[in-house]
Amino acid sequence: MTTAPEAAPTTVAGDIIVAIKDLSLSFGGVRALVDVTLKQARGELLSVIGPNGAGKTCLFNCLTGVYHPQQGSITFYGPHDKATQIVGRKPHLVNRLGIARTFQTSRLFNALTAFENVKIGVESRMHTGPVGAMLRLPRTRREERESDARSDELLEFVGLRARGNELASALPYGDRRRLEIARALGTNPQLLLLDEPAAGTNPAEKSDLGTLIRRVKNELGVTVLLIEHDMGLVMSLAERIIVLNFGRVIAFGTPAEVQHDPAVIEAYLGAPTDDDTYVPVEPDANGDD
Amino acid sequence: MSALASTTVSLFRSARQSAHARRLVACLLGLIVLAVMTGPSGSNTAPVSGFTGSLFHPRVLVFIAIGLGLWGLITAQHRWGEALKRTNDNLMTLPRRMMPDRRVRLVLYAALLAVAILVPLHVNAFWQDVLVDQIGIYVLLAIGLNVVVGYAGLLDLGYIAFYAIGAYSTAFWTGALPVHPPMVLNAFWAIPFAIGTAMLSGVLIGAPTLRLRGDYLAIVTLGFGEIIQIVATNLQGVTGGSQGVIGIPHPDVNLLGIHYSWLIDPLPYYYLLLVFVVAALIAYSFLEHSRVGRAWTAIREDEVAAQSAGINVLKYKIMAFAIGASTSGFAGMLEASKISFIEPGDFTVQLSILILVLVIFGGMGSLLGAVVGAAFLQWFPWYLKEHPMFGFQDQDLYIYLGAILVLTMIFRPEGLIPSRRRKREFGLAEHGLGTADAMSGTTDPVP
Amino acid sequence: MCFTQNFWSFFIGGIANGFLYALIALGYTLVYGVLQLINFAHSEVFMSGGFAGYFVVNAVIGQSSPHGLASVGLIVLGTAAGAVGGAVVAYLLERVAYRPLRRRKAPRLAFLISAIGASYFLYNLAGKEFGRNGYSLPFLYPFQTGVTVFGTGIQTYWVVIAIAAMIMLVLLDRIVAATRLGRGIRAVAQDAETASLMGVNIDRVIAQTFILGGILGGAAGFLFGLSSGVVYSMGFTPALKAFTAAVLGGIGNIRGAVLGGLVLGVAENMGVICAPTEWRDVVAFGILVAVLIIRPTGILGERLGRSA
Repeated sequence: MTTAPEAAPTTVAGDIIVAIKDLSLSFGGVRALVDVTLKQARGELLSVIGPNGAGKTCLFNCLTGVYHPQQGSITFYGPHDKATQIVGRKPHLVNRLGIARTFQTSRLFNALTAFENVKIGVESRMHTGPVGAMLRLPRTRREERESDARSDELLEFVGLRARGNELASALPYGDRRRLEIARALGTNPQLLLLDEPAAGTNPAEKSDLGTLIRRVKNELGVTVLLIEHDMGLVMSLAERIIVLNFGRVIAFGTPAEVQHDPAVIEAYLGAPTDDDTYVPVEPDANGDD
Repeated sequence: MSALASTTVSLFRSARQSAHARRLVACLLGLIVLAVMTGPSGSNTAPVSGFTGSLFHPRVLVFIAIGLGLWGLITAQHRWGEALKRTNDNLMTLPRRMMPDRRVRLVLYAALLAVAILVPLHVNAFWQDVLVDQIGIYVLLAIGLNVVVGYAGLLDLGYIAFYAIGAYSTAFWTGALPVHPPMVLNAFWAIPFAIGTAMLSGVLIGAPTLRLRGDYLAIVTLGFGEIIQIVATNLQGVTGGSQGVIGIPHPDVNLLGIHYSWLIDPLPYYYLLLVFVVAALIAYSFLEHSRVGRAWTAIREDEVAAQSAGINVLKYKIMAFAIGASTSGFAGMLEASKISFIEPGDFTVQLSILILVLVIFGGMGSLLGAVVGAAFLQWFPWYLKEHPMFGFQDQDLYIYLGAILVLTMIFRPEGLIPSRRRKREFGLAEHGLGTADAMSGTTDPVP
Repeated sequence: MCFTQNFWSFFIGGIANGFLYALIALGYTLVYGVLQLINFAHSEVFMSGGFAGYFVVNAVIGQSSPHGLASVGLIVLGTAAGAVGGAVVAYLLERVAYRPLRRRKAPRLAFLISAIGASYFLYNLAGKEFGRNGYSLPFLYPFQTGVTVFGTGIQTYWVVIAIAAMIMLVLLDRIVAATRLGRGIRAVAQDAETASLMGVNIDRVIAQTFILGGILGGAAGFLFGLSSGVVYSMGFTPALKAFTAAVLGGIGNIRGAVLGGLVLGVAENMGVICAPTEWRDVVAFGILVAVLIIRPTGILGERLGRSA
């Protein structure tokens, strides 16, 4: 079905959802991504880690059409193995293919309620146009009902049903992160990109979030690509991990493999930062399952 | 003179230190500017007479007194802070709070509609004309621009150009222009063509510019408004040139057994206009609370997030622009066929700014605000014309309108009757959340 | 058919006009650099400069018909007066229409609306106070045509505005490149937040930037008035063209604004050879739209201190 992995650091079993090949991106003289190649299997929970500035968010921006890399390809395989090239596609069209994302610092529509935030995501798959909306045609009303129901479901799923009528800006931090996930899920994605969902949350919120991500994968069958600094969370969730440093893939494998990879240890210890989330992996963090 | 100067200098100096003094300077300068605005005009032969006539005249004392009074009020508000501030806040949010619940709101709308239906029956012919040409048409224009500025957060400074396009295409399809249409229609059947042409030109101007940063759109539309006028003036063989076009027929309708002709009497136009205004209000309010309206809100707040929630930002911006343009074109059609005469001078860039003031003053994104703002600001100058006061001179109108724009933006950006979403956005923007406009251009393809 | 024997006359006239556009365009570009906003009221800064220059020169010249050094002196005086007038108005504009909004972190739309309001306020106030008919400046120099090059008389006016503009452009370049003010402007343009953390007083730098732009715009107003007279509505068209020039060269880019001004001035005059004069503004607008569609970042790209 899919082409055999050529230069991929590790082969992937099963059916591929997204294949990135030789991706390079630079801004002026700064090389943000250098020959990144990776594949993710459908249904797999893959995590991208790496020190600050390693190019993780750049990778997400390429994957969602926000940045246009100078080199390389990103192929997305739809439900029937229909291959589509992402590079060069506009963000909303990428989203329409089935790739949704959240942002590193959450970008909610703050003047709208939590419910409306989710509904905007859900509605992007509807068809009501201006004429239908102005005349409130039957189809418009049907779509309104459908998207209301779906938005309620999603709020329920992330545990925010009771706060639906609150303004997004009024929600506590952890709830905002979950709301953003709900909005992304509203667009009915096959692949969900989560950019540091746990950043700034407290331990309780963090463990709730871990549960939520696992449920997204298991109950909704959505493939998750996760950027996260919190090693505890990564080790407990990820099936495989890819490590970026200075825009290059320096390691790739199961949590246990990555943890003991000398290149990874060096990347973290060799590039010390003032942020202590980068201490190397706790030895027994993957004892969750 | 020198005493005055030294007082001013020392005031300025102390203003640096104290907020009270700063407010005093602001109040006094503001009122002195007001004194000049309302004072006598200068002329080419005596260019400073306007200043001397308004500043070296006892009337300036009145303004200084008002300025001091204003300062007193503001100081009092700061000193006995909370209580007064609360009263003030209450006053400011009164219009919104008065209609929290649906039933109260419906009653209010019904009352407004009743007033709108009954008032023209009780005024003289002059005011009936004002009600159509100055108030009704501008209410419609304001409702349309509200979609562009209020809903989508786009600044269109050439809005009147689409009005001109509507008017000229009506003239074309009714056979009043030097160039003749394939078939001559009556003004009523020219409506779809007027709307269609205006919408198409909106898309043509909007599509390339809406990709860019929002302020480029503003300047391109400003230029476009000017160009339309130049084209109308110079393309003599097509538009009739600077003399304008005469003999645009009044509309009449002959459909399903109903036959009606609009003639010179303003009242039938007024009611026709009222029907369209009410229809537009209902349609646009549905629009605001639909998928489309929510998409506009999302784009206004955060374009990147909107895109990654699957919203085609460019499409929605063009949509708003086209809806605004077609409303403007429709208003142009109505006015052209009522007056039955148009000339390039009817479509100055100043008029675009006027409509912008109506929307901003009423409240961006608020339909009721657009209606009330437009009706009030269009009625008041005409009232002043009949009952001269404050030294108001007709040709100074735009000085006041310019001042209203600046003052609204400084003190009450959400306008007289704010839209709830808009008010929240302005509030959140102050706290560094969200942007409340769509000014940052759709795609910044990096690199 | 388009290229007549007047070609050089149009070309050189275009360069001279281009220098004027460049002076005004710099006002847009400088303010854009520090605020990332187009100053919609810049046209009125230009107009104020025109009036200030006119009143001062008119008061000094009396009944005399100057020549030689007196001409030069009067031109310098008028330009200086225009610059002061423009600077004062630009500063007031910043204080009244921009700063309060900046304090409130208002959205960009609010700035644009406030600037447009200020622009229409000033425009119509000038019309009210100074009358709505134009004033023509007295003759400041005796010869309308000086030297002859390529068989074309070079108008003294062209020489005057070209020299005046070049002097100011060089001065500006030095100011931005080598003074404390220039460093402040570049720092704020690059990253306002960091600049403020480094102790740059942002409010002051922004005010100074407005003043700098006002000086150039006001001086341009006087120079423009030398041939076209001054009137309350004089700002609209030159400012729209200067904006086009700024975008053409790459908004926020100082050298780009100069290049854009010259290119626009020449292109517009070339257009006039081929099309009737009344279409001149349409040509300039067509260039603006074309630039925005084809290359919105302009010839030299957007930058003011921003590294590529």
